[in-house]
Amino acid sequence: MTATEATTAPGSAGAVLGTRRLRTEDPPLLTGESLFVADIKLSGCLHLALVRSTVAHGRILSVDLGPAKSMPGVVAAFSGADLKDAWAAPMPCAWPVTADMLSPTHLPLAVETVAYLGDAVAAVVAESEYAARDAADAVVVEYDPLPAVIHLEDALSDRNLVHEELGTNSSYTWELSPDPVAVEAAFAAAAHTVSKRYVQQRLIPSAMEPRGVLVVPHPYGGEYTVYSATQIPHILKIMLAITTGIPETSLRVIAPSVGGGFGSKLNVYAEEILAVVLAQRLRRPIRWVEERSENSVATIQGRGQIQHIDLAADSGGKITAIRVKLLADMGAYLQLVTPGVPLLGAFLYTGVYDVPAYSFSCTSVFTTMTPTDAYRGAGRPEATYAIERAIDALAAEVGVDPVEIRRRNFVREEQFPYASVAGLVYDTGRYALALDKALDIAGYQGLRDEQARRRQAGETKQLGIGVSSYMEMCGLAPSRVLGSLNYTAGGWEAATVRLLPTGKVQVVTGTSPHGQGHETAWAMIAADRLTMSPDDIEVIHSDTAMAPYGMDTYGSRSLPVGGVAVALATDKVIDKAREIAAHLLEAAAEDLELTDGSFRVKGSPTMEVALGAVAFEAFSAHNLPDGMEPNLEASVHYDPPNFSFPFGTHIAVVELDTDTGQVRLNRYIAVDDCGNQVNPLIVEGQVHGGIVQGVAQAMWEEALYDDDGNLLTSTMIDYLVPAASELPSFETASTITPSTTNVLGVKGVGEAGTIGSAPAVMNAIVDALSPFGVTDLDMPATPERIWRAMAQASAMAQAEGEA
Amino acid sequence: MRVSLTVNGKLRESEVEPRLLLVHFLRDVLGLTGTNIGCDTSSCGACTVLIGGDSVKSCTMLAVQADGTEITTIEGLAGEALHPVQEAFRQNHGLQCGYCTPGMVMAAASLLAEQPHPSEEEVRAGLEGNLCRCTGYHNIVKSVLAAADMAPVPAPAVAS
Ligand code: FES
Ligand code: FES
Repeated sequence: MTATEATTAPGSAGAVLGTRRLRTEDPPLLTGESLFVADIKLSGCLHLALVRSTVAHGRILSVDLGPAKSMPGVVAAFSGADLKDAWAAPMPCAWPVTADMLSPTHLPLAVETVAYLGDAVAAVVAESEYAARDAADAVVVEYDPLPAVIHLEDALSDRNLVHEELGTNSSYTWELSPDPVAVEAAFAAAAHTVSKRYVQQRLIPSAMEPRGVLVVPHPYGGEYTVYSATQIPHILKIMLAITTGIPETSLRVIAPSVGGGFGSKLNVYAEEILAVVLAQRLRRPIRWVEERSENSVATIQGRGQIQHIDLAADSGGKITAIRVKLLADMGAYLQLVTPGVPLLGAFLYTGVYDVPAYSFSCTSVFTTMTPTDAYRGAGRPEATYAIERAIDALAAEVGVDPVEIRRRNFVREEQFPYASVAGLVYDTGRYALALDKALDIAGYQGLRDEQARRRQAGETKQLGIGVSSYMEMCGLAPSRVLGSLNYTAGGWEAATVRLLPTGKVQVVTGTSPHGQGHETAWAMIAADRLTMSPDDIEVIHSDTAMAPYGMDTYGSRSLPVGGVAVALATDKVIDKAREIAAHLLEAAAEDLELTDGSFRVKGSPTMEVALGAVAFEAFSAHNLPDGMEPNLEASVHYDPPNFSFPFGTHIAVVELDTDTGQVRLNRYIAVDDCGNQVNPLIVEGQVHGGIVQGVAQAMWEEALYDDDGNLLTSTMIDYLVPAASELPSFETASTITPSTTNVLGVKGVGEAGTIGSAPAVMNAIVDALSPFGVTDLDMPATPERIWRAMAQASAMAQAEGEA
Repeated sequence: MRVSLTVNGKLRESEVEPRLLLVHFLRDVLGLTGTNIGCDTSSCGACTVLIGGDSVKSCTMLAVQADGTEITTIEGLAGEALHPVQEAFRQNHGLQCGYCTPGMVMAAASLLAEQPHPSEEEVRAGLEGNLCRCTGYHNIVKSVLAAADMAPVPAPAVAS
């Protein structure tokens, strides 16, 4: 079906949801009309440039601002020492996962020591961007270098400390071990065991729009308007109040058009706090726009874990226990949710499988690298990778096909709602259905036959087929659950729906889209219930003055929490409108039905009143039921009762050149189940983009540091964000198993693609390599790494032959 | 130094610093902020514009080097209605956050001007210099192929 604009004709309730409505966001973005932070021009605006550390770790001996201050156009320059008393509180970490978690003091400008290359040591403000940059380059800083700490196991040894004052590099150890005795017993009794170590390399999120912030002070009124390329305007406002001491009532945060985030803009950054403080001091607007090479070191990075996973299974390959030990790389400091990322995966190492015994433990260490934090999937891709790679290893151990081992272990349909050993309750799931559909699209048997033929013929181009069945928890989150995990805030979402006097509708949401299409989708949700056209609905978001409450956008939460809030607020407004309509029609409210934007009396359809007329009546308030307040507006603060649990199966087909180690992704099949779909066009887009971020982790991307802590991949020349030429088109499909815990039956889809794809691709590559004796490979699977693995395996085989 | 060039059909003249990049000239001097900046190594293509009909990364060139040329930016592509390439991106959900989009659309328009009916592989190869982090390229490729079918794709307006 091709998308048309005519597929959204309003009518009875339910006519809009599930249609492929084109996005209302697109025309301004397609024509250059949309404004990103860097596009907002103000006269009299100053430009901020930062002087970043040139050593990964060291003591600051001196900062000489003299040469910079005398340069043309320079207005002011500050060292960390100059501003050390300017902060009302240090940089925030909102997730102290344990009571004894260690966290170093983190200030926007470093004062005594630097702990990674993104640490800023001085700030320069000038009349133009070029002048600010030139002056920043003229600042002279002397360091006494300290040893870099870049290997996690080395960090754990405390041989060199990142933060001397903490006395150790370990930040915390967090455990989830409901029944350790059962786990040990299962391993003791196991017919098969698998023990694996996987490395989650660090990734650079690489949103195409780098970060940026513009602060407009109103010096006489004492207010500040902050434009930021952020996913979290609401959280940012609170954190700016806490860190600058400016009252929350004097801060307004706006996220204008934001060019992608993927978690990297789910944070509170030094530059945002600094720009507010400098705008306050200098009483002029201040703008900072990140350069790409700055983004590589100063914006959070993703992943960074060493995973040890052990499976125990019975003789039929049925898993009896899973044991996980993580070593997680926090980087130099704890950013907003850094310590919590491994916890988001902790509940998912049992994957889509019915596992009776489980234990998990994570130790986190500081290193002298960029802080890690949430990157698309945040903890869940890591967990899925480990279990989906390990279960392939178990299939090899047991001697069955990877598909068969999954079938033997799936949580079966009749087991839902399913209480997992990790403590979650999955509402719905049909794991075998998604698997079957994916196998069918792939033509699985045909692929295996072709693979066997090529193996037999000893062809240079070998096929690899990789399967990954995943489930995830999203819709972050029930506030009480977050509380039990020591997260500082809740996971609710706010929505307000207003019927305006002219019959148009405003939807105000606390979510903050940056590419996801909420304007289109939220209008569809409200329109569907109001039986109106989405064209008559405006969606307001990402401005704390216009949408005062919100928990923002991350963790595939926007639809299952924010979208559901919109639905509930719409229903509230309709309820009130129905009362007014009943009053006007002199009928009983329960006798009215809402169709085509009008209330009609059941059985006498000529007795009707349009919603628009009801809205005007509510506005004029001349003739409302006794005691009723004027206007049609309703707000909802929705706290979800549970997470939602999307699932699916992905299949990757790769072609391996056995001479060069080069791998080409030939086909990619994804069957995802995100429950009911508001707009399948948007769902597919989210899946496509997600797939590529996971494929890229498997095949190309890695933030690589040298032993001195220098980032070797600080530009887009060295850090390999894939281009169109390296990828195929995707074969996507869905199954629809509605969630039972929200009124829309939705689950969220922003991260599913990334969660499913890295293991599918790696399983395919290892599958292609298996005839050569290679049983494992780390990401990214570069040609060199593959070639070496093949050479090593053949050398080992030869040595064994000779022995 | 003085530069004089035609941008979106209008003659523009200005005094500029010799080191001013063309992309900064377009954005900061002319206020045409539709052309985006995504990198500092000429890798991402967010800044792609058309110079004399050819796609060029405007961060790879100084404003003074563009003296005397005719440039089309994303702002110059649509008339009352969207340009067919823009329309195809809209119809096929070829954009999400939209940050890569102006550059991607300009690159696609120039690709189709040279190769009116490319294969999927040719589209993928032709867009190699433009990165998108949101779409996975699937719908971008689909959009460009669809635009090729929406015959004829007019050459982007270059002032005559
Ligand atoms: S900004 Fe010009 S190529 Fe990236
Ligand atoms: S649409 Fe976001 S980078 Fe392409």
